[in-house]
Amino acid sequence: MIKRSKPQKFRLRRTMLFISAQKPGQIKDPYIYGADSIIMDLEDAVAENQKDAARFLLYHALTTIDYGNTEVIVRINGLNSPHWKEDVRVSIAGGADGIRIPKCESAKDVQIVEEAIEKAEEEFKVPKGRTLIMAALETPKAILNAYEICTASPRMFGIAISGGDLRRCMQVTQTPEGIELFVARGQTVLAARAAGVQCFDTVYTDMDDMEGFKNEVIMVKKMGFDGKSLIHPKQIKIVHDIYKPTQKEIHDAERIVRAYREKSEKGEGVFTVDNKMIDVAFLPSAERIIALAKACGIYEGDL
Amino acid sequence: MSKGWMCMILKKPAVAGTLESSDVQIMVEPCEGKIEIIIQSSVLNQYGKQIKATIEDVLKRMDVTEAKVTVIDKGALDCTLRARLECAIFRSSEISGEYPWGDVIQ
Amino acid sequence: MKNFVGREIPDELLVNGKEVFQGINYRDGQYFKKASPKVRIYEKPVESKVVGSIREAILKCNMRDGMTVSFHHHFRDGDYVVNMVMKEIVDLGLKDITIAASSLGSAHDPVAEFIKMGIVTGIQTSGIRGKVGEAVSKGYLKTPAIIRSHGGRVRAIEEGDVHIDVAFIGAPTSDEYGNARGKGGKNDCGVLSYSMVDAKYADKVVIITDTLVPFPNFPPSIEAIDVDYVVVVDEIGDASKIASKATRFTNDPRDLFMAEICAKVIAATPYFKDGFSFQTGAGGPSLAVSRFLEPLMQKWGIKMRWAIGGITAPIVELMEKGSVDMIIDAQDFDMRAVESVNTNPNHYEISTSQYANPANKGAFVNKLDFVVLAALEVDTDFNVNVITGSDGILRGAPGGHPDAAAGAKCCIVVTPLIRGRIASICERVVTVTTPGQCIDVVVTDHGIAVNPLRKDIMAWLDDAGMPHVSINELKEKAYSIVRKPEKLQWEDKVVAIIEARDGTILDVVRQIKPYSFE
Repeated sequence: MIKRSKPQKFRLRRTMLFISAQKPGQIKDPYIYGADSIIMDLEDAVAENQKDAARFLLYHALTTIDYGNTEVIVRINGLNSPHWKEDVRVSIAGGADGIRIPKCESAKDVQIVEEAIEKAEEEFKVPKGRTLIMAALETPKAILNAYEICTASPRMFGIAISGGDLRRCMQVTQTPEGIELFVARGQTVLAARAAGVQCFDTVYTDMDDMEGFKNEVIMVKKMGFDGKSLIHPKQIKIVHDIYKPTQKEIHDAERIVRAYREKSEKGEGVFTVDNKMIDVAFLPSAERIIALAKACGIYEGDL
Repeated sequence: MSKGWMCMILKKPAVAGTLESSDVQIMVEPCEGKIEIIIQSSVLNQYGKQIKATIEDVLKRMDVTEAKVTVIDKGALDCTLRARLECAIFRSSEISGEYPWGDVIQ
Repeated sequence: MKNFVGREIPDELLVNGKEVFQGINYRDGQYFKKASPKVRIYEKPVESKVVGSIREAILKCNMRDGMTVSFHHHFRDGDYVVNMVMKEIVDLGLKDITIAASSLGSAHDPVAEFIKMGIVTGIQTSGIRGKVGEAVSKGYLKTPAIIRSHGGRVRAIEEGDVHIDVAFIGAPTSDEYGNARGKGGKNDCGVLSYSMVDAKYADKVVIITDTLVPFPNFPPSIEAIDVDYVVVVDEIGDASKIASKATRFTNDPRDLFMAEICAKVIAATPYFKDGFSFQTGAGGPSLAVSRFLEPLMQKWGIKMRWAIGGITAPIVELMEKGSVDMIIDAQDFDMRAVESVNTNPNHYEISTSQYANPANKGAFVNKLDFVVLAALEVDTDFNVNVITGSDGILRGAPGGHPDAAAGAKCCIVVTPLIRGRIASICERVVTVTTPGQCIDVVVTDHGIAVNPLRKDIMAWLDDAGMPHVSINELKEKAYSIVRKPEKLQWEDKVVAIIEARDGTILDVVRQIKPYSFE
């Protein structure tokens, strides 16, 4: 049985790639494409009468295939389906890093799943609290309840928007500028930041429009999303390139961190770097950029 | 078998898996008094014996002593073979509910 | 006797001066007298060499039992010529025929019947596929098939290892005198490179065309001075299968992923400078490499001086954009390439000898900087197999693979670590078609391995921050996923001989034993 390292609540999750748990060709080595997380789907990707077959594949894949440092999340079926409890059992038994709850609408939903996870952790002798949770927000009610969902459990590492279902509920159609999801996206980021967890944007399904995809990624990064759900490996590189700090950003961040350390030793709390006033408030952003650069593997400095 | 499981008695023919590349389609049916394994594989020369050994291992672990297993393999990994066979056996035995992950399924 | 790559070659094959493979460049510095054909003098003028039918041409050529006929494969899967000619030969009651083609494919399935009937008793080719491959693998061919690279075939003809009695050359256009070209007809193929050596060394040469054009059909790929007869038929091939409209880059994310890594490996070497040369593959990741080279070339402000090989639309487009100075053409795969070779003054047709012959005074492959090749299998000695499938059946072709690999300064083989359940990186390839000393880098979707003979490339990759592992590590990774396979079981009978470029024996293929669970 493959031993996976302890799931980390805070880690790089720029890209979360969906794969079907019912397709052996997809589950055998999705890690080669370099996505930060893989979401093994037991829900929409699996036909209603094949849910059992998908669980067997999932269990064996989780226990024999070495996914290395790539995080493995399982999207269970919705809480109104007869499948979700067994989905949780098999995911914990297999050692998945986390559970993604689809159509999550309230803190109660999270707590119901958390209970099932705890029970399964005990049954399968998994250290209590090991398995993380994320929630997919797919309805207006879910968006409005985003903050309570984020804070419903210490296992929560993030929330994701599910654009397709949300647009249907909102009775809007997709636009390139994303105005129809503007508020929903904004709420999601606010809730996540207030709760101190991560947030992920929705999948982009038009594989012929890579330009449109790229523009959407740029926009959601500006809005504050930590990453994006993907449906195809060729989307991965585009997201990673956009989330990579530029050399200029890294350089500026280094200067701020160095200047701050130097000045604060002398007892100076406010100073200028390149004619800009800098104080301690600028430090966390600068440190975050350097950490991101390191995680992306492009940091060559010595901080 | 532990956990108070009913003995795995095959009640009807059942299939699991597909004929897609890297997958395997396994049919399990009740059979009188013996185990019969028929294997067709796109990688027969390299893995014929190993596929047979895997099938036999799963049957043994699941305490199945009478069955006809028909395997049409399109280059499935060992873990996929096990998954498909176990699923077919459970379907054939008409057992569902809470599965013995980590126990009989390994 | 064991040869340089550790393959056991039966002693009964080592007759008439045939040696085992002793490493590349073994025959460098040797001399040979070129073989020559016995040709008829046509001093008395004839207006036209056109005869009524293929059958008539065969009779006029005085074909006898035991003769060797030759064909080219510029028409690929759309070829009708081999089947049309062989049908007439068989109908005339001739037997014991050897087919020396530059390659055979699934279009030539009817030949399998002639093999089983014992009419065709010898096959010499680069590629062997479909029913012909199966028939040979199952032991129906009376003598072992001889598999050669494109360059090796030219050498074998020039040295007299194979003597061609009648060369049948399919040509998109010909005039009544035999000046033949690769374009201008109903079924264009661009160039006639593979058949140029046949035209010079065969005793009799017959042009088969479906488009007769006014004399002189200039500039000719095949010259009338070498041609005995011309036959006009309805169709020489199926145009849609000869050349596709335009080859497109693969969309498969795994292939693109590997192609991009190949481009980065290329850029990490000092050979990647202004004026470099490059041979691309025909499909999959090996073709897609050029797509990722383009931005790197722009970034560094360098241009490719020449591209060579089987030519496709993407390379033509690169030239039209100004990134490539000239294209050296040995085969065209699509209509863009066919058009380009006949309209663009920087796109040149060459002979297969100029491309890859190891025995002339310097073929193009000797000057090549980079080549990216595919492979069915690579073993831990870096030997490559492109001809025997995982079931032991002949199904592939060395083509220009061994030639380009031997000549290029940096030879990259790109392959997914696993195909289905078959490990591409293995302990020992089923058949060696290119010796490991020629393979410099192996790029897979699970990592890069560099041949230990190339410490310089390892250092360049280190400098570029590109991680690489040992080939053994890749093999272990593959086996950890698919489990170590059983070995194929063979009968004793040798069904095919794999010749190295220089004519020495690289490996043999035996008849596959039917699988048994015991």
